[in-house]
Amino acid sequence: MKSLLWALTGFTLLILVFIIVDISVKGLPQVTPLFLFQDPQDMGRAGGIFSTIVATAYITALALLIASPLGVGTAIYLTEYTREGAATRIIRFGAECLAGVPSIILGLFGFVLFVMKLGFGWSILSGGLTLAIMVLPIIIRTSEEAIKAVPQEYRLACYSLGLSQWQAITRIVLPAALPGITTGVMLSVGRSLGETAVLLFTAGAALRTPLSIFDSGRTMAVHFYILAREGLSMPNAYGTAAVLVISILLINLTAYTLMQRFMRRYS
Amino acid sequence: MNQVTQFKLRIEHLSFFYGDFQALKDISLEVRGHEIFGLMGPAKSGKSTLLRVLNRMSDLIPGARVEGKAWLDGLDILAPDCDLVALRRRVGLVLSKPVPLPRSILENLTLAPRLAGKRDAGELAALAEAALKAAQLWDEVKDRLRDSALKLSGGQQQRLCLARTLAMEPEVILLDEPTSGLDPISTAKIEETLFQLKKNYTIILVSNNTKQIARATDRVAFLLMSRLVEVGDTHQVFTVPQDKRTDDYISGRFG
Amino acid sequence: MRTQGKFIERVLFLLALSAVSSLILITVFIFMEGLPLIVHTGLGNFILSTHWAPTKGHFGIFAMIVSSILVTLGALALGVPLGLSCAITLAEFAPSPVRRVLKPALELLAGIPSVVYGFLGVVWLVPLIREHLGGPGLSLLAASIILGIMILPTVISISIDALTAVPDIYREGSIALGATRWQTVRRVVLPAASSGIVTAIILGMGRAVGETMAVIMVAGNALKLPTSVLDPVRTLTSNIALELAYAAGRHREALFATGIVLFLIIMLLNFSATLITRRR
Repeated sequence: MKSLLWALTGFTLLILVFIIVDISVKGLPQVTPLFLFQDPQDMGRAGGIFSTIVATAYITALALLIASPLGVGTAIYLTEYTREGAATRIIRFGAECLAGVPSIILGLFGFVLFVMKLGFGWSILSGGLTLAIMVLPIIIRTSEEAIKAVPQEYRLACYSLGLSQWQAITRIVLPAALPGITTGVMLSVGRSLGETAVLLFTAGAALRTPLSIFDSGRTMAVHFYILAREGLSMPNAYGTAAVLVISILLINLTAYTLMQRFMRRYS
Repeated sequence: MNQVTQFKLRIEHLSFFYGDFQALKDISLEVRGHEIFGLMGPAKSGKSTLLRVLNRMSDLIPGARVEGKAWLDGLDILAPDCDLVALRRRVGLVLSKPVPLPRSILENLTLAPRLAGKRDAGELAALAEAALKAAQLWDEVKDRLRDSALKLSGGQQQRLCLARTLAMEPEVILLDEPTSGLDPISTAKIEETLFQLKKNYTIILVSNNTKQIARATDRVAFLLMSRLVEVGDTHQVFTVPQDKRTDDYISGRFG
Repeated sequence: MRTQGKFIERVLFLLALSAVSSLILITVFIFMEGLPLIVHTGLGNFILSTHWAPTKGHFGIFAMIVSSILVTLGALALGVPLGLSCAITLAEFAPSPVRRVLKPALELLAGIPSVVYGFLGVVWLVPLIREHLGGPGLSLLAASIILGIMILPTVISISIDALTAVPDIYREGSIALGATRWQTVRRVVLPAASSGIVTAIILGMGRAVGETMAVIMVAGNALKLPTSVLDPVRTLTSNIALELAYAAGRHREALFATGIVLFLIIMLLNFSATLITRRR
């Protein structure tokens, strides 16, 4: 029985390895500096992915800019300003439920609120706002863990010296929790990079490099989806996939090691 | 002379509860200026709780409730509108476990004064130096003020915590079993430091080590199970205690 | 000082409401946009009719509900045995250093974007099905397999947590009575971890039902009720994603209404998972 279990586990690992190897072998040769810095040509049949990289960076940065203060603020409120009670349970429940909303529903929501009702149209702004809502639970959860991990003695020492609660938080607790919070940000970036359903319906699929936040833009994931679906270019599809997968893997790996080292420091 | 102003700290019928538990039962005592006042008693007798009421750190205990009165000079420190930040700057607290902040030695000392309003770098540096000298740590760290405070030894860290409190220029220093985890040499250093500090500060020292109380304090109060049993001149309490329970505790018949 | 502290607390409280308010906003807007259609067509008609022809005013999503259910069940049929096996191997039989490397490695599977899964499904799996089993390849089977792989990280991770939460005393007691490792796992550990494992399965289900991009790429997107696993199918999520870009008026409302149904299903699944964990 044990050997069957190990075989199945090996098989699962094989799937993972297969995915990474196939993408790398067929995709990495495509990833030349030219590929990275050239815009897509002929609807993506030729050329590179530069404008999509810019759009991805733009949207992800905007999403994090919005979600980080909200998420870290929520975490601070939950850990420092309240005791466990109805309020904290509602807030946490809200965050958990939000984490469970499927991306297509978020796409629908972003579409009706930001693109249509608020009139932002298909844009970096609509995409960033919707993505912010998607990553908010991740930031809340990791920030809360990070802040909780900071030893209570630090706060006591600060209060004994006549620091106010806010001073203790901003001068000692938050800086100490920063590695953990950064992990949450990195995990959010990893999540955003792979997101397609949300962005297809909020940021659109324009091929040009977006300049203002009201411009539409196509992220790497959306671009990859279109290339694959329309069968426009296998090599370019693989190349885009390689950039995506390798970036996400690297980010998640860094986030993971950061979190390990951070947790070890405080336990 | 006015009775109230003769004493630095005065407590009248102080009772303290957290949740259903009563940690202090009807305590009344006075602490004079420029003395080392000891609080002794077995574990869970209320000594640390009493200490924390004096700078309102007791507010942080969940379910905290206090009855009675307490004054620092003329200031009612239990009033709901009492400025806690200002109170804690006048009444500093050193905890039993040294808690160096994850910063450099210098920053540990200048953080609180800077947030209290002192901006001038020179003034802060002078303040840090004076505090380190008073805590008898200056010679050991003067060449590495920018090093992380976490690199100091246990005894040094505790003296750093003391210096940190001194840098706030308080009037009263509370110490909660400050040498409980330290070796005898560090302990002796700290006791000697307290003796020097007596000239400029009022000191309240909590200890469950009766020998330390006998060595280092001028007057002492004995707390047992949340009640005040006896208070008086240290020498007198240790040679001719008025209460049998005090005698038993000092002789080690329980503790 | 005190008033400043109160002000900060109020600001932070407002920030903390962001998650809950987003959730409320999402629910409100989806319902606002979709409910008129359900009222117009009638709930029974909407859910039970298989006739989806939006340009002609027919909005029946039954075929898609069935497809979603079948695809999810298929995904569970593949993902749960495989995932549980990995979880059991890692939690019970793998030595600690191996586990410390393999657990995060398997979690890496979760980071791979769904479009990549879909793409590889189209490139490798679909032709395989087409050549060896028949049909167009783009099928219920393909979608189930891809989704089964995609829910593995969820199932594995939560199952490992459930298994490691079982106290060692249970295992030691069983071994002391002469049982083998595997017997211990089967008779003692698994039952003890059952609520956690059920949670893992339910959350995996939620993930599968909500998945969009990979399914669009390999499921075939035909509008009829499937009769065999080789038939192309269209799930609730695919339907929304495929038609949203060019839908207008009642058609768009119908897509939101589909969203309502999807939203309710997933919230129900997540809710039951939370209930089970709470009862534990």
